[in-house]
Amino acid sequence: MRETAVHIDNLLVCYGQVPAIEGVSLDVADGEYLGIIGPNGGGKSTLLKAILGLIPATHGTVQVYGNSPEKNRSLVGYVPQFAVLDKQFPISMLEVVLTGRLKQGLSPFFNYTKEDKKVVYDLLEKVGIESLVNRQISELSGGEFQKMLIARALAVKPRLLLLDEPTASVDVASRDQIYGLLAELNKDMTIILVTHDMLAISSQIHRLACLNGYLVYHGEPELTEKVVNNLYGCPVDLIAHGLPHRVLKDHEGGKPN
Amino acid sequence: MIKAIFEYQFLQNAFIASIMASIVCGIIGVIIVEKKLVMMSGGIAHTSYGGVGLGYLMGFEPIIGAFLFSICAALGIGYIKRKGGTRSDVVIGLFWSLGMALGILFVALMPGYPPDLSSYLFGNILSVTKADLYLMISLTFIIVFVIVLLFNDWKAYLFDEEFASIIGIKTAFLEYLLLVLIAMTVVVLIRVVGIILVIALLTAPAATAGMLASSLKKRMIYSVLFGTVFCIIGLWISYFINIASGAVIVIFSAISYFLVYFIHSRLKRGKSKRIKQ
Repeated sequence: MRETAVHIDNLLVCYGQVPAIEGVSLDVADGEYLGIIGPNGGGKSTLLKAILGLIPATHGTVQVYGNSPEKNRSLVGYVPQFAVLDKQFPISMLEVVLTGRLKQGLSPFFNYTKEDKKVVYDLLEKVGIESLVNRQISELSGGEFQKMLIARALAVKPRLLLLDEPTASVDVASRDQIYGLLAELNKDMTIILVTHDMLAISSQIHRLACLNGYLVYHGEPELTEKVVNNLYGCPVDLIAHGLPHRVLKDHEGGKPN
Repeated sequence: MIKAIFEYQFLQNAFIASIMASIVCGIIGVIIVEKKLVMMSGGIAHTSYGGVGLGYLMGFEPIIGAFLFSICAALGIGYIKRKGGTRSDVVIGLFWSLGMALGILFVALMPGYPPDLSSYLFGNILSVTKADLYLMISLTFIIVFVIVLLFNDWKAYLFDEEFASIIGIKTAFLEYLLLVLIAMTVVVLIRVVGIILVIALLTAPAATAGMLASSLKKRMIYSVLFGTVFCIIGLWISYFINIASGAVIVIFSAISYFLVYFIHSRLKRGKSKRIKQ
């Protein structure tokens, strides 16, 4: 049997009095590629942050490789939403990716070693932006910036990679490259992907979770109309976004909810 | 003036004080501008006025009072902000005016004729004493040491606090440490430009450097250089026309910033035009 990468049991996370997600139980096996979809405000990012140990669980448990998220930090790589970062910050691409090599705690007089730099160069080559290594981040396009964030997450050498909408505000070519890269990475690591992008859901992921405050659906990546209705309350809207037909089944009730 | 520096002790003190002020405002100023903590620094600075008043009332060195009050303000604002529940600008505003009010209260409670507080409010670099100078030098040393010591951690924390905390860097500690460093910086700057004008010296050199240098380290170095130029020229003018040094330094810094901004945007426009053609 495969090891469990993430184990979530009856999770409740509240912001003040307001529950963001409740009653979420979810297991992610090692090597799995899980996609999470859901409407804005449905708690997708909250779930990721709970797995990262950034927000405490009000109730229930979150475990990463059998331990609390705080204890297994070195196993997890995280690609945040692109919009939350300050693109004007005076830092180069090399420096950003190198931060993934920093030690835990605080490191006085820390200097990156030759090996750290080599790891970073290799990763930049892997994500295909090694020619931009000394660029300032303010000079990068959306796609390049996002690939840099993926490289930074990989610099931690994680077993579990979490991505929060990595293809938002990214051009089509970069989006395809990013999905290609994730499929490649999935050979060595577990991936949890939060996305609005239905194309990715259909073609790549092993399992799908639909989140709208609670877990609407968790299982094979095939959406029934009923699930979509529960999730968004408006299937037409989804189809207008370019949902491929093979994801949305024609008939209702094909899969148990 | 160069001859005068060798002759007069007070000018030597003023000269060293402006160098110290330039170093701290260059380094911490860049962080404040990048991390958008300008108003927070203003709040810490103004709260320190309460300490100045307390110093006069209890009969100890007012700058020590300012030091204690600004450290408490930094930790207090940081704690409330971290706990959440209130908006940080509200807390900053309250600390800001509470500190000033306490200062006025303490001075009013003082028996006898009230002291002249304008050198603390607007700064008077020509009245820096030996004791002030020792305090300034040690604080500057601590600030530079702490920043250099953890430079790579600072960089990760400033760019992306969330990621830094995920990879296990102690970001809460760094946040409080940064606030304490800002409080120390404020104390160093009070004698030079005064409580009310501190913000200008924290922002003008850093923002000017921001237009010219693209890496964090370079930005800090440029900012220190700009600060030195602003302070020394301000000191020189204030010595000759006998006006509060703080005012002269701030006016000169602001004019320089706008000048560089104007030239920089002109050059940029010229460049993009050329590319289009």
